[in-house]
Amino acid sequence: MSRVRILVGTRKGAFVLSSEASRKEWKVDGPHFAGWEIYHVKGSPVNPDRLYASQSSSWFGQVMHRSDDGGKTWETVGNQFQYEGTPGPHKWYDGSPHPYEFKRVWHLEPSLDDADAVYAGVEDASLFVSKDAGTTWSELPGLRTHKTSADWAPGAGGLCLHTIIIDPSKHDRIFAAISSAGAFRSDDAGQTWRAINHGLRSEYIPDPDAETGHCVHRIAMHPSQPNVLYMQKHWDVLRTDNAGDEWHEISGNLPTDFGFVIDVHAHEPKTVYVLPITSDQYHVVPDGKLRVYRSKSGGDEWEALTKGLPQKDCYVNVLRDAMSVDGLDPCGVYFGTTGGQVYGSANAGDSWEPIVRDLPAVLSVEAQTLS
Amino acid sequence: MIRVSLPGNLQTLAGTGRMVDVEVSGVPTQRSLLDALEAMYPALLGTIRDASTKKRRPLLRFYACEEDFSDASPDDPLPAAVVAGTEPYIILGAIAGG
Repeated sequence: MSRVRILVGTRKGAFVLSSEASRKEWKVDGPHFAGWEIYHVKGSPVNPDRLYASQSSSWFGQVMHRSDDGGKTWETVGNQFQYEGTPGPHKWYDGSPHPYEFKRVWHLEPSLDDADAVYAGVEDASLFVSKDAGTTWSELPGLRTHKTSADWAPGAGGLCLHTIIIDPSKHDRIFAAISSAGAFRSDDAGQTWRAINHGLRSEYIPDPDAETGHCVHRIAMHPSQPNVLYMQKHWDVLRTDNAGDEWHEISGNLPTDFGFVIDVHAHEPKTVYVLPITSDQYHVVPDGKLRVYRSKSGGDEWEALTKGLPQKDCYVNVLRDAMSVDGLDPCGVYFGTTGGQVYGSANAGDSWEPIVRDLPAVLSVEAQTLS
Repeated sequence: MIRVSLPGNLQTLAGTGRMVDVEVSGVPTQRSLLDALEAMYPALLGTIRDASTKKRRPLLRFYACEEDFSDASPDDPLPAAVVAGTEPYIILGAIAGG
């Protein structure tokens, strides 16, 4: 009998939501690490009870935890993230050089074939890896030392590496995205990287078609089509059909193409979900209506999914790591809001119900399908 | 035995109450006290001081005997009352937020 576990990171702790396959009755467990900002919690696909969690605090810095029992108990693991050598500066908001400084782990991506191996995307932007279940971390400096990195500048959330996708058909191919540098691809397990931003256009940089400088918010892939990626950029929703060599816009009839999350249906590679946000000046859903938009054609044509979601007086945001899908049939879709609600759909988005309503602001949502 | 007062988040992390007793060998200083505290509770490594530079994290303060030792030399001897265990060494999160 399958089950679903949702790992929720919030501004004040982590929560574990669990349900049988019906996804009608949910158990809410938490807060874990009460008082800590939980940027991300993610389970290993090799051993789903092996979880990794990133806690961050302006007061106390970065802390990392590992669980081997699906989040019932946790063990503190290594929190030392040392850049190799003396990292060069990046650009500050005003364009001046600014020293590289580790601030926090934004995203954890466990290996597809080793439960003890996990990647970490950090701020200031770089990629780290642990091969001993989080005990120690080593930088893969090839991305941070990319020829364009001196020109990278932070987005409002910081210069963060927030997206890591491992190609399930060839594990040495890794995609990463940085705000606001853009998207990058490695074909040698993270040793060397190339910028893959051709086709992106960003009016907020001096050269809208520049190789880097684009504020990519999130990238998603369906494992059966690893050359097809979907991107929610600061503005614009885009798709590539050749692993990032060329992107084209698929915003189509969206009410606004600003947003943070993007995800793909577990069984339909062309069914994509986004959650439009009003603008970069107004980080709330448009018109007081919480609407997920779904395209069944790989973009361009979008339908609003509203059943069960508030359609008036709603002014929340949904952050970049706060949407996920499960692997059941029908596919479950989940997202968390800055208002503390976690919504779930057990029918691929046709209707929604709040799983829990009053958590702290949600930073991340990860769905696990358990057998 | 030196009594150390921890802020709430570090109590959660270390699995302790507010007060912990720390034994320090030699002449106790802020550095040797924090070294001993981190050795007792490895989960605290990097949360009070930067793990590499050992610099105090900017939003933490160190108080004892109604004085602020945050910017004192980490190698100065601690006050006698702290060493004697009659006054606590207080690690405090700076006030920030509404």
